[in-house]
Amino acid sequence: MADELKKEAPANFKVTIDNITVEVTPGTTILNAARQIGGDVTPPAMCYYSKLQGSGGKCRTCLVEVAAGSIADPRPMPKLVASCRTNVMDGMVVKNITSDRVQEARAGVVELLLINHPLDCPICDQAGECHLQDLGYEHGKAGTRYEFKRRTFEKEDIGPYIQLHMTRCILCYRCTYVADQLTNQRVHGILDRGDHAEISTYISKAIDNDFSGNMIDVCPVGALTDKTFRFKNRVWFTKPVDAHRDCDKCCGKVTLWERGDEVLRVTARKDEWGEVQSYEGKPGWICNTCRFDKKHVTDWVIEGPATINRHSVISQGKYTGLQIPKETISEVMGGRDPKLLMDIHSISDVNSVEIASLPGPATSNTYEKKEQ
Amino acid sequence: MGRKLLLDKAHIENIRLYDVYRREGGYRSVEKALKTMTPDAVTDEVKKSGLRGRGGAGFPTGMKWGFLAKPAGVPRYLVVNADESEPGTFKDRYLMEFIPHLLIEGMITSSYALGSNRSYIYIRGEYAWIVDILDQAIQEAKNNGWLGKNILGSGFDCEIYIQRGAGAYICGEETALLESLEGKRGNPRIKPPFPAVRGLWDCPTVVNNVETIAAVVPIINDGGEEYAKIGIGKSTGTKLISACGNIKKQGVYEIEMNISVEEFIYSDEYCGGIGNDRKLKACIPGGSSVPILPANLLLKTSKGENRMMTYESLADGGFASGSMMGSGGFIVLDDTQCVVRHTYTLARFYRHESCGQCSPCREGTGWMEKILLNIENGKGKMTDIDLLWDIQRKIEGNTICPLGDAAAWPVAAAIRHFRDEFEWHITNPDDAQRRNFGLANYAEPLKVVV
Repeated sequence: MADELKKEAPANFKVTIDNITVEVTPGTTILNAARQIGGDVTPPAMCYYSKLQGSGGKCRTCLVEVAAGSIADPRPMPKLVASCRTNVMDGMVVKNITSDRVQEARAGVVELLLINHPLDCPICDQAGECHLQDLGYEHGKAGTRYEFKRRTFEKEDIGPYIQLHMTRCILCYRCTYVADQLTNQRVHGILDRGDHAEISTYISKAIDNDFSGNMIDVCPVGALTDKTFRFKNRVWFTKPVDAHRDCDKCCGKVTLWERGDEVLRVTARKDEWGEVQSYEGKPGWICNTCRFDKKHVTDWVIEGPATINRHSVISQGKYTGLQIPKETISEVMGGRDPKLLMDIHSISDVNSVEIASLPGPATSNTYEKKEQ
Repeated sequence: MGRKLLLDKAHIENIRLYDVYRREGGYRSVEKALKTMTPDAVTDEVKKSGLRGRGGAGFPTGMKWGFLAKPAGVPRYLVVNADESEPGTFKDRYLMEFIPHLLIEGMITSSYALGSNRSYIYIRGEYAWIVDILDQAIQEAKNNGWLGKNILGSGFDCEIYIQRGAGAYICGEETALLESLEGKRGNPRIKPPFPAVRGLWDCPTVVNNVETIAAVVPIINDGGEEYAKIGIGKSTGTKLISACGNIKKQGVYEIEMNISVEEFIYSDEYCGGIGNDRKLKACIPGGSSVPILPANLLLKTSKGENRMMTYESLADGGFASGSMMGSGGFIVLDDTQCVVRHTYTLARFYRHESCGQCSPCREGTGWMEKILLNIENGKGKMTDIDLLWDIQRKIEGNTICPLGDAAAWPVAAAIRHFRDEFEWHITNPDDAQRRNFGLANYAEPLKVVV
């Protein structure tokens, strides 16, 4: 996303976010300007999705304080604004992590988002790549003040491949935009209102089109899950691999999530904001054939390990951003190499016994006998 | 006796019918505007009058009309907001029910000023019988050449359509109203762009309250300056107040904005005092979403001045010791009323009416309702009061539309002014519960905070 924006024609609006100034094209939102800077100053976004028109403004986690509107009108804005839907002006000064008001409001939004969330992360397929988990980890509190029964819904199958678990939903509306904008059949939307509002289809109709699977990719929480992957594995145990195939419906560029040689799941490739990557300006949505039917390594041309650069659990132990800490012990010890300390295993008895050749479990006796 | 501009003819028999209305001087403003004035002159007249939006926010109408973008080749729309759903407010209903032609007349004049050839009335779904009344009025106006093509030979075309809502409070918010009018789910839009630039079907649109549009008629008839002479300061003209609650005479009153709140409540011309000659405890002066005020702060401002029925005076002192004019839904509580129960009822309403689009309002309103129900039923804890305060702070100002604020303000004001009553509910759970079923001894009501 950030790369795309930089390529665009002359940047001429200067905006300062948390004391970092960046030049952006007119019409850029505060959130996208912050994404150009990257790092901690980027507000979290649960409902905004740059590839979906009209998304954003609903979750209120991206609220920022505008300390000065523009050069022409340097008055501060009285209310916190949703950075995903507010365009930058020349000379705008924005406070995100430097504003206590923003931090407080955001913590409040997170608390409110979580009061009706089941917090069933241990059995949720989204755990590990869940935006709400990250958000809760960064801005939430350890306990909740909510003492009432949480709102629940029945699980619902929408189409043969997707299950809707409405209890987990945070009503970001992303999936309804996918249905609206990727296909010409609008088959689902929001029923009811308030805290009993739910995503649903028209009287138990199935969502049946070639791109419906992208709803799973855009869902920030575990409300829409891939039925071919449900309860198969935890995402952090799987190995993401970039692959492609010739597909007549979509771009065919995907990430395979493998365990051994088995392809457990196929998703679109995602960027560091958890959004589907773009190719030549077009979002790389993938079709249901690629996503649900091609579950064998031989169906794909493997490109290599996938880059996971999201700051979430799934990035742990993956291939990029891995920084091996520099060995500083000899510096600390004044050039002395503490051999004994570091090589304890080479002189330990533990490694001198071939455990596999023992008839039973190893006990302290095993080692004592060896010594005698 | 205050001057009446809107309801002065409401008592005349059959004023609902065109012939009577015309005989009493109706449609003069349309004649005057279309024959002798340019559209801009009409807008100037409204600006001069100092008319402020009667729907709740009190934004100057002339300024709002001035903001309307006028790109060539793009239609402009006037939408009248008749989705009057605020608890305590029923002034538009009275106006539309008894003198529907006043609204139609105001709409034709305003449409002429704004250049709107198609104007809409978005009416609350529950007002089913008023739709018939308005339909008839529009038909009569059309038959007599006040609507349609080339009205009065001026070359101005205008049609008025009525759209019924489906019973959602949120559709009274102007952008949600436009969404609903377009046939979509009534979710408020994110602003900017404002409706004046991109409103109905992405065209410039002005959304005004019924009373605002009706007030255009006397402004054009008598001139804006004449209208501005009534009232105090920036609160010009007359305002319809729908008074209800524990007063002797409930109903819709048209007041000049220069009387004091005390006069409005106690004079026989208006409310006639508190019912059963009890003591005034509290009052919500502008519809359910504005802060509640205890009796002492209602009659006098914190500076010790008399509080007047004007936009400025009612808002004097900010939310710490003031309230708002709002939409004019005047709800009076006498000393037997329970503020906690009252707040719970409002919280329940806002929970039910929250559209569920943005998270603070969707989740927060439900949470507040549950806590308030607990306190009301004597199951509350002392920490619940602070928790309520914290939740309302998290909602207020952080939502897309003003419904979040509207849900937060009543709770905040109730805690601010009546905290001891909340505490009483918590420390006396049995009494609180008994009171709930009407069994408490009302002879010794709670002490009013003075």
